[in-house]
Amino acid sequence: MTAVVDPEVAADPLPPRRRNRAWEKFRRSPSALLGGVIVLFFLIVALLAPILPVPGPTETDWSAVRKAPSIPHPFGTDEIGRDVLSRMIWGAQASLLAGVVSVLIAVLLGVPLGMLAGYLRGWTDAIISRFTEALLAAPFLILAIALAAFLGPSLTNAMIAIGLSAMPIFIRLSRAQTLTVMTEDYVESARAVGIGHLGMIGRYILPNIIPPIIVQATLTIATAIIAEASLSFLGLGQQPPAPSWGAMLNIAKNFLEQAPWMALYPGVAIFLVVLGFNLLGDGLRDALDPRDS
Amino acid sequence: MLAFLARRVFIAIPTVILISLFVFSLQHLLPGDPILVMAGEERDPEVIAALREKYRLNDPIPVQYLAWAGNALQGDLGISLRTQQPVLELIAEKLPVTIQLAVMALAIAILIGIPAGVLSAYKKGTWIDWVANITALSGLSVPNFWLGIMLILLVSVKLGWLPASGYMPLSEDPLQSIRTMLMPAFVLGTAIAATLMRHTRSAMLSVLKSDYVRTARAKGLRESVVLIKHALRNALVPVVTVITLLFGELLAGAVLTEQIFTIPGFGKLVVDAVFNRDYAVVQAIVLCTGIAFILMNILADAAYRVLNPRMSEQ
Repeated sequence: MTAVVDPEVAADPLPPRRRNRAWEKFRRSPSALLGGVIVLFFLIVALLAPILPVPGPTETDWSAVRKAPSIPHPFGTDEIGRDVLSRMIWGAQASLLAGVVSVLIAVLLGVPLGMLAGYLRGWTDAIISRFTEALLAAPFLILAIALAAFLGPSLTNAMIAIGLSAMPIFIRLSRAQTLTVMTEDYVESARAVGIGHLGMIGRYILPNIIPPIIVQATLTIATAIIAEASLSFLGLGQQPPAPSWGAMLNIAKNFLEQAPWMALYPGVAIFLVVLGFNLLGDGLRDALDPRDS
Repeated sequence: MLAFLARRVFIAIPTVILISLFVFSLQHLLPGDPILVMAGEERDPEVIAALREKYRLNDPIPVQYLAWAGNALQGDLGISLRTQQPVLELIAEKLPVTIQLAVMALAIAILIGIPAGVLSAYKKGTWIDWVANITALSGLSVPNFWLGIMLILLVSVKLGWLPASGYMPLSEDPLQSIRTMLMPAFVLGTAIAATLMRHTRSAMLSVLKSDYVRTARAKGLRESVVLIKHALRNALVPVVTVITLLFGELLAGAVLTEQIFTIPGFGKLVVDAVFNRDYAVVQAIVLCTGIAFILMNILADAAYRVLNPRMSEQ
């Protein structure tokens, strides 16, 4: 599960006139569209959770403990009679929130640092690069587990831990992209007409390094969702009774013989949403890759 | 090569110092005072003062760091709060178990990933390529702890073919040892196989377009010879370096796999340490994996130079 910079993501930045062509390419890719549809489906389910006609995720029914899938409980019930479908729908909120928020933390911290390293070079670059290498040296999940352990188990701390562990990927990527953009003629011209540092970064560098960052962010959301599920599975993420797919699997593994459905559905959900983000990320990468028109 | 290795090790020193600073500062993230936890329920002020003195917590933080780093350099990574064993001894005890799991997982991943990548590149655009790609993407998307649970349900509970958990040292009963490790190794190997397949496919596609492959075909060589002797040998150069770099993925995957199959290895040590608030162990693990990862990186660079002599000439 180690997150690495996808070598194909680190392509040249996208010239503006290619944007329409990129959208055309994305639209024509069935796997990218499938990924988009899967992600959209889970997003809608997560947003509509409060109004969907299912029992509350923490509502217990002691007369229906570990009941197999049936009409009132399509995905069965868990060890204290809670509806598995309802917990999965609410669990989608935790998973997607964790995926998006942790990647936002990683992007918001990592991209400015990477741009600063690539733009200023010299000592700033050396310090930021060594710092990134040190963070990259610890395996992603082990770093996240260690941080979550020291910060204390909760969904918020899991998101911070995953975000900080994913940050070095974005530092590296944006640094490399900034170095590439800095060699472009238009940056040289902008410098020649005396545009200041902020203007240069905001108007010339940032817009040109965004496409590969979007691709990497989409792929990292997939990794972050698995990481959140892993932390929750270990008891370091979402705390009971709040629902989370990883935590559901943690309990389900104790009832494999008696109630296999408790383990089946949350796992399928994690698999599908992660597959969705991976397909979407792959599709975006192919569409935004200027080397392949 | 020796000069190259020496230079790489020298460059890695600041990174190792940074990792140690990071690991050291982890304990200052703690919300509570660890000494209060260690002092027990009575919280006798004398005991607390003695513990503070013992762990040098009254010293300024830079002095504490230097003392900690000095001990670490001598192999003293502290004492486990739970087992009262030296942490390094604890790691050395658990590591062989995880190494066996990782080696078996890597073997399974290589056996699946490389042939699948070669076939997928050779049959680019056909249904074989499509199936291989979808399988690889699925392998990357499936959470390995869930795959483990499902395999236990199917292979152990329903079919009764393999044991669901436990560990047998290789030295005691090799056959039983392999039997108990087979399922966990497969679970750990799937994501690695998927990564290897994607890298092999990408490397093979670029090699298959090269002039020397065209020349080999023009000479009338058999397709299998062209594919294996000319194409694969060159395509494997980047793949071998990727294998070295997958070390981190194997270790992180082992944390969850060992937890599911109750294997008493390095990964289970991490989780147990976290839940027992055995912070010295958590710190030591992050430090050791970090340093090991840097060494693997240097090894990957060295392997790349050995396999690709043009690199050494530059």
